[in-house]
Amino acid sequence: MSEPLLEIKNLKVEFDVRDGIVHAVDGVTFTINRGETLGVIGESGCGKSITAKTVMRMVPHPGKIPAGEIIYHRRDKYNPDKAVEVINITNLDPHGEEIRHIRGGEFAMIFQEPMSCLTPVYTAGVHIKEALDLHRLLPRKVGDQMAEVISGYRHVTKEEAREIAIEMLHRVGLPKPEQRVDSYPHQLSGGQRQRVMIAIALSCQPAMLIADEPTTALDVSIEAQILDIMRDLQDTAGMAIMFITHNLGVVAEMAKEIVVMYMGKQVEKASTVKIFYESKHPYTRALLQSIPKVGKRSSGRLASIEGMVPDPFNLPTGCVFHPRCPSYMPGKCDKIVPKWQEIEKDHWVRCLLYEGV
Amino acid sequence: MLSYILRRLGYAAIMLVLVSFVSFLIIELPPGDYLTKKLQDLQARGDRSAELRIAEYRVRYGLDKPLMERYWIWISNFVKGDFGESFEFERPVTEILGNRIGFTVLMAVSVIIVQWAVAIPIGVYSATHQYSLGDQIITTVSFVGLGMPGFLLALLVMFVAMVVLGQEVSGLFSQEFKDAPWTIAKIIDLLKHLWIPALVGSVTGTAGLVRIMRGNLLETLGQPFIEAARARGLTKRQVTWKHAVRVAINPLIIILGSETLPSVVAGNALVATVLNLPTVGPLYVLALQSQDMYLAGTVLIFIVAMTLIGSLLADLTLAALDPRIRLE
Ligand SMILES: Nc1ncnc2c1ncn2[C@@H]1O[C@H](COP(=O)(O)OP(=O)(O)OP(=O)(O)O)[C@@H](O)[C@H]1O
Ligand code: SF4
Ligand SMILES: [Mg+2]
Repeated sequence: MSEPLLEIKNLKVEFDVRDGIVHAVDGVTFTINRGETLGVIGESGCGKSITAKTVMRMVPHPGKIPAGEIIYHRRDKYNPDKAVEVINITNLDPHGEEIRHIRGGEFAMIFQEPMSCLTPVYTAGVHIKEALDLHRLLPRKVGDQMAEVISGYRHVTKEEAREIAIEMLHRVGLPKPEQRVDSYPHQLSGGQRQRVMIAIALSCQPAMLIADEPTTALDVSIEAQILDIMRDLQDTAGMAIMFITHNLGVVAEMAKEIVVMYMGKQVEKASTVKIFYESKHPYTRALLQSIPKVGKRSSGRLASIEGMVPDPFNLPTGCVFHPRCPSYMPGKCDKIVPKWQEIEKDHWVRCLLYEGV
Repeated sequence: MLSYILRRLGYAAIMLVLVSFVSFLIIELPPGDYLTKKLQDLQARGDRSAELRIAEYRVRYGLDKPLMERYWIWISNFVKGDFGESFEFERPVTEILGNRIGFTVLMAVSVIIVQWAVAIPIGVYSATHQYSLGDQIITTVSFVGLGMPGFLLALLVMFVAMVVLGQEVSGLFSQEFKDAPWTIAKIIDLLKHLWIPALVGSVTGTAGLVRIMRGNLLETLGQPFIEAARARGLTKRQVTWKHAVRVAINPLIIILGSETLPSVVAGNALVATVLNLPTVGPLYVLALQSQDMYLAGTVLIFIVAMTLIGSLLADLTLAALDPRIRLE
């Protein structure tokens, strides 16, 4: 039975800039279950990264969260029998201790630009040790080998940190991890750096990995390897993944459920199978048509939908997609704002075609 | 590594030879140089001792010999530690500089310490609080500091110290301590005087360092690795100091080596002149004016040597601090 880990409810994020207000995230609602992968797709600028950063409470300046909730069901990783604690992330102080505990320790994040995500003056090992010092505890055991009891937890020592670092680098498939642990970022290729990023992220055994286009900057064969590693590690670690991409081929391989976003709003949400074979929203269908063959990673870019992404300061009335929509219904779509509704079990759409108007 | 250092030292030596030769030429070229005048004076006196002095100079500086040979005499003595004689003071250059070098280094070191200790935290604050009131005040003040000539500031500070604080500000010692032996009281007197030149000498440099630190840090703070560090749960302070400042400070090492170290030799001559400091700077200016060539040439060679050593040290430090930089 799937158990919710993160519930995002009617989340809004705004940027009040000189030309007006950008509604970067506009009423997004979805749930990520423990150990499952949710895919978030959409064209550039639709609010995917901002959604992810909001979960980490790292909305860039001058962003605000005027509405919505992010509910985190925390299970203590060192004390699994303890009752699940419910934390409203939107209420936390973004500079406070609690959110820093969550960042890296419970939700780890990897980014789009592996080339510049590691601090250039520190080795891979230093990065991993830093994360371990912050978030990882090891059991303190008492008793002999026959009857060992965990009596508490302690911090990782320097030697153990190095061992764990090598072990993690080994698990993400970096060759010669004993040497690579002392490599500086500039001595590693893009794919190797992204592996190091994953190793850092997973070294603290987070409950969820937020992967923001982790393979966009990599070439196709490296991309395939990285995705394989993420899937493998997810199985062994039982970790949830929020997988952000604009590559439909990639999301099909990774995600169990998919949220499609357009201009800060989610327009469709369903299981991966339904999105690919029974998609309802004209935008989702356009996305699918823009790839020649589903399942080929290399061709899954969302560049070729007709029409332009609208100006965020001057959004179309009614349904924001109507100027580009092939099923546009004049007199309706440009007047009425479609609602977010469940048209079948677990299949949500925001489109007037399904509202019977 | 070792071969790199040796090669750099080799280049530095060649550079020094060239500089010494050029400076020798420049100082020797104009007619009516100090030595010619001096000889004329002596000849005019025409007495025995003057004749002897002329003969002595002829031998010592090879006045009858061609230019190259004269240069050779000077430079080979220089290497042996004989920097020649100052005509103006009629004493060996070694002795004149020896009297002043201690204070010059003291001044320069206090200026460097004040500059860095003040500029780095202010620059970091300014960058991490971009566009805040504090940042705007710092920015304004640092531009004023950059724009204001040091000697003007020296005059201002002297005025304030004298009129408002009622302190004697000229030089590094009060009258009664000037020739006194070293005592605790004398050291206290020195410190009382030292803050003014240290402050004045630091302002321009500090303002410049603040601007550079702020700019570098702002650029670094915008890098993805900063966001990634925050996403790992580091505190703001850890992100700022351990990740951002650590990367942003590297270019400042170059400034420390190539600009600040040479200032140890001559310092800011103009400010030192206004404040009447017994440092090498004013002496150097004087020597250039009166074509006191052995004195001027010696100071010049030391400035160039410090610049070369400073930039070598800066490169070595940078290579040690920044793994991306390789020496070759
Ligand atoms: N610091 C900021 N100030 C103002 N607006 C911003 C800021 N950051 C993001 N936005 C706006 O928020 C919107 C969503 O941006 P976001 O980065 O989430 O897009 P994305 O879906 O991740 O796109 P991409 O695929 O290009 O990464 C964009 O329209 C952008 O203009
Ligand atoms: S509401 Fe109208 S314009 Fe919008 S997606 Fe549906 S059919 Fe297209
Ligand atoms: Mg993005």
